[in-house]
Amino acid sequence: MKKDLPPDRALKFLRWFCREDYLEEIEGDLTEIFKKQHESAPRTAKWRFAWSVIRYFRPEFLKPFKKNYQPDYVSMYKSYLKIGWRNLLKNKGYSLISIGGLTLGLTVAMFIGLWIYDEFSFNKYHKNYKDIAQVWSCSIDPETSIISGGRSIQYPVSTNLKNNYPQYFKHVLLSWWVGDNTLSSADKKFKRRGEFIEGGVLEMLSLKMLKGSYESLNDPYSVVLSKSTAETIFGHDDPINKSISIDNRMVVVVTGVYEDIPRNNHFSEVQFFAPWSLWLSFNNWAQGKEADWYNQAFSIYAQLQPGITMEAANAVIKDLYQKNVPDDYYRTIEKYKPFVQLIPMNTWHLYSEFENGKPSGGRITYVWLFGIVGVFVLLLACINFINLSTARSENRAREVGIRKATGSGKSQLISQFLSESFLVVTFAFIMSMALVALLSNWFNELVDKDIVLPIGNPVFWIVAILCIVVTSFMAGIYPAFYLSSFHPDKVLKGVLRYGRFAALPRKVLVVVQFTVSVVLIIGTLIVYQQIQYGRNRSIGYDRSTLITVDMNDPDYKYKLGALRSELVRTGVVSEVAASSTRLTHVNNTKNGWEWQGKDPSLDAEFAICNITHCFGKVVGWELLAGRDFSNEFSGDSLYSIIINESAVKYMGLKNPVGQQLTDLDEFGHRNWTFIIIGVVKDMVMESPYDLVKPTLYFFNANASRWLLIKIDPAINANVALPKIEAVVSKVIPSAFFDYTFADEEYAQKFSQEELIGNLSGIFALLAVLISCLGLFGLASYVAAQRTKEIGIRKVMGASVFSLWRMLSKDFVVLVIISCFIAVPIAYYFMNSWLQKYQYRTEIPWWINLVTGTGAVVITLLTVSFQAIRAAIMNPVNSLKSE
Amino acid sequence: MKQYSLGEFEELVLLTVAALHDEAYGVAILEFLEEKLGKKVSISAVHVALKRIEDKGFAKSRFGGITEERGGRRKKFYVITLLGKSMLDTQHELRTSIYKQIPEISFG
Repeated sequence: MKKDLPPDRALKFLRWFCREDYLEEIEGDLTEIFKKQHESAPRTAKWRFAWSVIRYFRPEFLKPFKKNYQPDYVSMYKSYLKIGWRNLLKNKGYSLISIGGLTLGLTVAMFIGLWIYDEFSFNKYHKNYKDIAQVWSCSIDPETSIISGGRSIQYPVSTNLKNNYPQYFKHVLLSWWVGDNTLSSADKKFKRRGEFIEGGVLEMLSLKMLKGSYESLNDPYSVVLSKSTAETIFGHDDPINKSISIDNRMVVVVTGVYEDIPRNNHFSEVQFFAPWSLWLSFNNWAQGKEADWYNQAFSIYAQLQPGITMEAANAVIKDLYQKNVPDDYYRTIEKYKPFVQLIPMNTWHLYSEFENGKPSGGRITYVWLFGIVGVFVLLLACINFINLSTARSENRAREVGIRKATGSGKSQLISQFLSESFLVVTFAFIMSMALVALLSNWFNELVDKDIVLPIGNPVFWIVAILCIVVTSFMAGIYPAFYLSSFHPDKVLKGVLRYGRFAALPRKVLVVVQFTVSVVLIIGTLIVYQQIQYGRNRSIGYDRSTLITVDMNDPDYKYKLGALRSELVRTGVVSEVAASSTRLTHVNNTKNGWEWQGKDPSLDAEFAICNITHCFGKVVGWELLAGRDFSNEFSGDSLYSIIINESAVKYMGLKNPVGQQLTDLDEFGHRNWTFIIIGVVKDMVMESPYDLVKPTLYFFNANASRWLLIKIDPAINANVALPKIEAVVSKVIPSAFFDYTFADEEYAQKFSQEELIGNLSGIFALLAVLISCLGLFGLASYVAAQRTKEIGIRKVMGASVFSLWRMLSKDFVVLVIISCFIAVPIAYYFMNSWLQKYQYRTEIPWWINLVTGTGAVVITLLTVSFQAIRAAIMNPVNSLKSE
Repeated sequence: MKQYSLGEFEELVLLTVAALHDEAYGVAILEFLEEKLGKKVSISAVHVALKRIEDKGFAKSRFGGITEERGGRRKKFYVITLLGKSMLDTQHELRTSIYKQIPEISFG
């Protein structure tokens, strides 16, 4: 029986190539002929069958090469978009919620994207940014084996790198720290930030020289100005060969002008470059440091030779100290295993922390954090779209049913709904681009950047298109699958009944939305709490009405006494003092000290402040024991010191006043012995979140760098300042009177935390807004769907209150659930954020309570509008409409 | 409308379809032709001719019932259309009229 079947392979071949509308007839006829022949000659029949099949292999019978079913894609998508557009217009309210939410989400995502792009493009203005590095001096703690490092380094390191490793380094540039200087030309004085550095800097940074060349800084009495600086000083005149004076001491000639370095670069703050040799000739103390391996005061930049990697160079220079430091000194520092290391330019900005000998952490954490927040906010907006389109699916069910019944496949329906979400997202994207353009000034002010939409950059458009596509998929894929899975027979019959759990995915998404929002709110509150905690910290002195004047002229030092008495005589100044540091910064530390009962393993490093005797009165410090410096004790300037509370704790002294403290030199020999005459309360001079360093205060007017003037608190600063300036310019006519308010300077220390607080505050606000928009849409939909039910309930005697409660309850429950999920998440993240501050707030319990209550209240407000509107509707109207 | 012409084999097949009226399907036509012509005819040639005739509108087709000997495939029956019939008539008249003009020539 089986034998009289036609050969399988030939049949399969026929079925493969033959067009479907002919196949049945041909197959039938061939089979009939085969069967007839098979009775007489089975083998011949098989051959004949195969041969006949082959003879059908000709154009008339072949399947079309194009797919049999060939829709017209262009008009198909045109129709999809048209129907999508009509749907948007038909439901204006819901469309507005979807598009509005997505616009907000995309705007946030775009701003964050631009911010991240800007952060990553830092320092890339310089052509050789990959080869530029700063040379750090590092050491390993013998007990904890933690590697620590710093950018201040010894003078001879530079000479060594230059002479011994020329094949590795193209440039090794010794420099002083960027600082404020006074530039004066004729009678005009300007405060500008300048860098004293060796001449190769122009080439290393590949500056665009508008005038002059890369050799312009080789003359010791030259200066190279940025374009904007040159224009402020000389206007439109040609600055070249004009002479100016720096800090009223160094007379130099302008030899070059470079294009201003854009803001997102490390060197952008520098407004002029001056030669290192010039600085050296005016700073006698530094001239003796050429062979000093002890003093770490300088900064060295380096550029590698082409083709040399950072790793290779680092490996070679690692033992520089071991090879070059004189033996007797090296023995005293050997246990710290000191080494030099190159810190590459592309890590300077984002990796400000130093961990285990490598740059790590720092700003990059925030870049990632905000990147994630941006994605989440966008996700929230997508959730609105998902929820509204699935909730309202009933309205589209009939359309899906008819499309399916007339032969539309599932994949076609999916692409239809995806093209609709694409339409919505594109629309939102265009609106958010307009919004970004509109708000970019405000945003730039907030984050202190120069960000513009890079419309001319093709990469931006590629990313934009990618963003649209990804967002469309994120928002559209679930509704597309959901809607296209309806059974045509059921929906056309009108029995679209959802199960009890049909709304579950929607509820889960609402919970996700509110969890994210609540986490962001709690996070913001805790950041602000921490800022406030730092602000409220008792700082141990009084910063108000205190101004810091930069003693940027040599005459200050010589005329300090006269200046003080003149200032006090004006009546607007209560006291004047001078100090080696500003009140907001400790820039000098020294180790090598000895005292009675010292723990021998202690490293003994102290912060050093050189002050004049009125310092205490000016800053209003609190003496805990002993006495303040005084001019009446002639020995005070020789061997008296005042220490702070932390120093007492650090030294482990019980009765500090009267104890001796001996200064050791680099070889451990005794240098000088001081007597502690007083103890003051800790003064918070550095970060408000750090512990106060053990500090020693010396009476030493010669080391003064900053003039501190306490304005009489009873007198308005606006009245006092002109008088002070008049006195300064009378006593020291050559000086440029440059002052800052100490409290304003201190407030800057909060800027990073404030930025984080403000950004996360804005994101939290937007997240809440987007989530509430979605909730509003859902609530209005639910209310509309239950109009009849509400009507009947009212007829049966339900009160407005009970109806409101019924409609709001579902949503409030969801929000409460998300609060319970959000609190531990927020607690976990914020706790680890707080860990990086030494002085930190506890996370107060009320924050959770306030946020939770706030979320519920906001939810109720959002939902109630719809709920009450539905509840007070006249049942006659809702019931008669059929 | 384009005036279609008939090829020689196509004309034979169309004649067969007309002759086998209502019983004309692939194998039947094949066997009829083989018997009349007294030589083997390829089934694929018949199918090609049938498709062309149908495309030109000289015949129309319908499916018959399922039969066992065809492996469950239906027969496709062809019926001549009015257009096909008039085409055959024209051909026939043309040939007869030309034939009649042949002078009486004796080959004896």
